[in-house]
Amino acid sequence: MATTVKTVARPAGIRRQTYLVAVAEGLWVTLRHLMKNWIGNLFGQRKKTDIVTLSYPEEKRPYPERNRGLHRLMKRESGEVRCVACMMCPTVCPAHCITIVPEEAPDGSIEKRPRIFEIDELRCVVCGLCVEACPCDGIRMDTLVHAPPTLRRADAILDMKALLSRGETSTATQGGVGAFWREKLKAS
Amino acid sequence: MAERIFKFFEQNLPYGSAGFAAVSALLKSAAFILGFVMLLAGVLTWMERRQSAMMQDRVGPSRANLGRFKAWGLLHFLADALKMIFKEDFVPPQASKLLFALAPVLALAPVLIAAAIIPFGAPLCYGRMTEVVPPGVCAMPVALQAVRLDAGLLFYFAVASLGVYGAALAGWASRNKWGLLGGLRASSQMMAYEVTMGMAVMAMFLVYGTLEPGAMVHAQGNWPWQWGVFGVPQAVAFVLFLTAAIAESKRTPFDIPEGESEIVGYFVEYSGMRFGMFYLGEFIEIITSSALIVTIFFGGWRFPGSGLLASHLANWLFVLISVGVWSLKVFFFCAFQLLIRWTLPRLRADQLLRVGWQRLLPISIANVVLVAGWILLWR
Repeated sequence: MATTVKTVARPAGIRRQTYLVAVAEGLWVTLRHLMKNWIGNLFGQRKKTDIVTLSYPEEKRPYPERNRGLHRLMKRESGEVRCVACMMCPTVCPAHCITIVPEEAPDGSIEKRPRIFEIDELRCVVCGLCVEACPCDGIRMDTLVHAPPTLRRADAILDMKALLSRGETSTATQGGVGAFWREKLKAS
Repeated sequence: MAERIFKFFEQNLPYGSAGFAAVSALLKSAAFILGFVMLLAGVLTWMERRQSAMMQDRVGPSRANLGRFKAWGLLHFLADALKMIFKEDFVPPQASKLLFALAPVLALAPVLIAAAIIPFGAPLCYGRMTEVVPPGVCAMPVALQAVRLDAGLLFYFAVASLGVYGAALAGWASRNKWGLLGGLRASSQMMAYEVTMGMAVMAMFLVYGTLEPGAMVHAQGNWPWQWGVFGVPQAVAFVLFLTAAIAESKRTPFDIPEGESEIVGYFVEYSGMRFGMFYLGEFIEIITSSALIVTIFFGGWRFPGSGLLASHLANWLFVLISVGVWSLKVFFFCAFQLLIRWTLPRLRADQLLRVGWQRLLPISIANVVLVAGWILLWR
């Protein structure tokens, strides 16, 4: 196909051709934004302006509830770790960042517990599969905290103590022991 | 305190002596260039980014601070200067060393020199600075102008048009094809718009009958409707002059020589403070053209009620106020030029030249003819 050139007719009329009206209109639009944002910003009323920028370290956008942050290990009511070292999470983890060394729990009804539970936050891809895989609400990612920057790579590997430091008592029932938590709440 | 300083000057430097001429010229140019032009140019580098941010619903630079002193980020221009000074000063190995070093100077110096003719305040009444001096009765006036030339605006054009050498040499000396093309675009553009600028001023020259900026201010009245712009033909000259002045400073919508986002400009090989000189030169050009616009079209330092103020205040106080009013006017036009720069899209190179040669130039010539006829027939 031969190349064709389509000549677009220039807009007619002195109003369009001088550009002056269009220029004035454009200046009015930008001036309106400038005045609104400038005056609002000057008097500390950033919210009332059109500015959507957040001044990051001072202002932070709240994370959604389901944000996946730093891992944490949940606790039993006794304060012990809930994890029963079933090895579901290191198995499902696509980044192989979870290391669990199990040991025998002194409580016979629990049978297994982790002796070592480490997560390499540098390898973690924050997919949340470990949380999905956990059968007993032992691991969660709902801390809303980023993996903190560290000076050494080794510091990014969180051990059980660090993981438990953000832990709470889970309200889920575990191992068939204990009353249904709603009934328990009622009782207390 | 002020009185003792004035007395010291008046006793040691009699009006009209050589020492008086030297000291007053030195003081005036120092106050004008260092105290106003350089300072405002620095502030404009920050203001351009801050204002454009606000126009585009952003925040802009607001972080630079000295401890608790932040001033909305105003200190960014100091931080920028510091950065420019400490950046690597790279000279391309193929470049012509002498011309490469000369170009930024040639871009910056003419605009600074051209600014010398601009009157930045009411004349100071030497010998009676602490007294009330009503307008028009002063025996020994000191014009607040670094240089008072009868050729005035001609001097401005003669020097300011040297700026094109800065741009052209920068492109040529850096031995870079794109830089060279940018330099060519710069020279073709600056020549095209200089003619229009000159024609617009020629109309004003016919109206005022003088080329001396101080006399131009003197010819205008205190009230806005007595300023140059609000006669009908002069409004045309104002629009022409403003357009040409923006084109002359090579900024959007006329930033073809540089075209920072798409096409490579004439200072592509420059870094550090050498680039900083081009950058600063651009902002000084905004200030100079704004100051000229204020001088020719908006009454210079004149403001409503200045006659009343002059006959009630001490002379030096009144002069100080007039300098303040003049600064505000210039600042307004600087802000207006920034507003234009961040509103309009860039013209294509051929459109730019067509607008310059085929539209603005005929209009400006017609304006000169009309004004000349008007003066011949009705004045």
